[in-house]
Amino acid sequence: MSQTSKPCPDQDKQKKINKKTISQWIEERLPVFSMIQREYIRFPMPRNLNIWWTFGAVLTVVLVLMLATGIFLAMSYTPSAEGAFASIEMIERRVPSGWLLRSLHMAGSNLFLAFLYLHIFRGLYYGSYKNPRELVWFSGLFLMLMVMMTAFAGYILPWGQMSYWAANVVIQAISSIPWIGEGLAHWLMGGSSPNDLTLHRYFVLHFVMAFLIIGVVFIHVVCLHFVKSNNPKGIEPKTKEETLPFYPYYVAKDAVVIVVSLLLLILLAFLFPDLLTNSENYTPANPLETPANIAPEWYFLPFYGILQLIPFKFLGLVLSAGSLLILFAVPWLDRSSIKSATYRPLYRLSLFILLIAFVILGIVGKYHTHGGLIWLGRLALLYYYLHFLMILPFSHRFELKRTLPVSLLDDDKGAKS
Amino acid sequence: MMEITRKLTFKAIGLLIVMFSLNVAGYAERVATDKNSYPKYPWSFSGIFGSYDLSSVQRGYLVYRKSCASCHSTEYMRYADLQQMGLTLDQIDKMAKTDQILDGKDAQGKDHYRPATVVDYIPSPYANKLVAQSVNMGKVPLDLSRYAMTVDGQADYIMAILLGYTKSPVDFKLDQDGLYYNRYFPGHQIAMRPPLVKGGVQYTDGTNTTIEQQAKDVTTFLSWTAHPHLIERHRIGIMALIYVAFIAVLTFIIKRKVWSNVK
Repeated sequence: MSQTSKPCPDQDKQKKINKKTISQWIEERLPVFSMIQREYIRFPMPRNLNIWWTFGAVLTVVLVLMLATGIFLAMSYTPSAEGAFASIEMIERRVPSGWLLRSLHMAGSNLFLAFLYLHIFRGLYYGSYKNPRELVWFSGLFLMLMVMMTAFAGYILPWGQMSYWAANVVIQAISSIPWIGEGLAHWLMGGSSPNDLTLHRYFVLHFVMAFLIIGVVFIHVVCLHFVKSNNPKGIEPKTKEETLPFYPYYVAKDAVVIVVSLLLLILLAFLFPDLLTNSENYTPANPLETPANIAPEWYFLPFYGILQLIPFKFLGLVLSAGSLLILFAVPWLDRSSIKSATYRPLYRLSLFILLIAFVILGIVGKYHTHGGLIWLGRLALLYYYLHFLMILPFSHRFELKRTLPVSLLDDDKGAKS
Repeated sequence: MMEITRKLTFKAIGLLIVMFSLNVAGYAERVATDKNSYPKYPWSFSGIFGSYDLSSVQRGYLVYRKSCASCHSTEYMRYADLQQMGLTLDQIDKMAKTDQILDGKDAQGKDHYRPATVVDYIPSPYANKLVAQSVNMGKVPLDLSRYAMTVDGQADYIMAILLGYTKSPVDFKLDQDGLYYNRYFPGHQIAMRPPLVKGGVQYTDGTNTTIEQQAKDVTTFLSWTAHPHLIERHRIGIMALIYVAFIAVLTFIIKRKVWSNVK
């Protein structure tokens, strides 16, 4: 008895070992700790990444924000034609902090698409889709399509005038597909016009997609960590000196951009909510009254613009969907061995014209332009496809390439020549 | 090289911001056209520091119940929502009790009316849309829950309409009886009779009951029903902005420090 009550140094030591072995115990069965060490602490990143490589981290944070707010909004939402609008009013007026959750969710969706477009543009500019990163590119594009689908479904849910008529525009577009169009539209909407069934379906779609997106994000990140990040120079690091560990360098850098995008979120959600919301959507859906100006959210404007530019509905639909789907072919269309546009003057120029064309298409979508602007829009659309089908496959044959640096440590001035 | 890349990068960001702000352009354009058509008032609730004069909102509610609610509804508002305009539940309960609302059927199968309580929706003036249509020249009077937000011109337009009733010009003929001339209404023929009468409402705080004052108060009330959380939203927004800006500076300093040994 007296012996056991005495503090025994051996026992203390034993306890310490036991404590240590809890993490070891887990580690031996599921190596999460070494995984975090390997993938998020020691993980080698190219040392020359610029701000364009932070948007992936921002997107992850925005996704978490969307889920966190969305789940609680779903708890108070009624997905029926009779009750949807009233339940949004209830969330806005009576659910404690409901207006706050909804403001964040709405502003968050805008930031999500904005950063997604920037992220994809980064990929195009620095050739992040090239060998060996094709799967990163494909999973990313897949995510983009899923996010767009989710955003579209989400916009229908409040069942305001714009929700209803935006859904109607999509029905019209889909039903223009020869042979199967009418049936497909009917099947997707549960009727010949948006209705109660549509709302139920799109609510489920919106909710389920959000979680499927997490799964695809996981695949996207696993793919990326296997092949490692591209960088502004577009050459692979060969030595340890050309890389920096993820922690603390890129954690610190991502943090700055994440916090700054939070500032943007606050501005949009609390101080300038009118900038991004169409007030027309606070009028309940009315199938008998077409609004004077049907316009989708800004992030769909270029694709809506393409629909308007083409007098034949089905062709419009093909070109509009094609403008997104063509991105999947980019790894094969681009025949140049140089990744970064920095060293491809002609390609870079074309990419900026592409960006301008994209904006013009958006303006067409917004203002339903007539006459001269329609032709400018068609020119923009032509250039959009020209870039992908002509410039990407053939520019490398006659463009004056700039000399690639040998190492990421090289001074850029040395690379000029 | 780096210089050019950076410049072009900024240009690219700039262009995407253009995309992002297409709505801003539309918004600015809307504001600009509004400015030309009707007088602008310095509303206390405009701008990012905007806030409501709650006593004006409360007076506006009295005007609304007296002059608007006999034809217009605020379908999505409950009595308890009026707390946001600075009233206690007891005060609201007293106000609610003066209204009779339909509450199902009684034992004989007849409509059962009872005094309203705070959890009830503020009653709509008509039993259903058909009744509303038939007594209002075939059109249901607008629901005012979000009207100050959805109508072009917003508060200024509402104010303009309320004060826009004048004698019709000599060369202007109204299409039919029951229409009124209003200089700001599109087409100038409005079916709404002039809703405000001087002294038509009793203000408890002794404010003058001129038509202008009533119009101003009821417009403020309608803006409040359209944006019931505006005060809180602006307050939280500005506080969060200051806080996160502070965190942004901190993270930037940390980033600089972490990267200081990288050449």
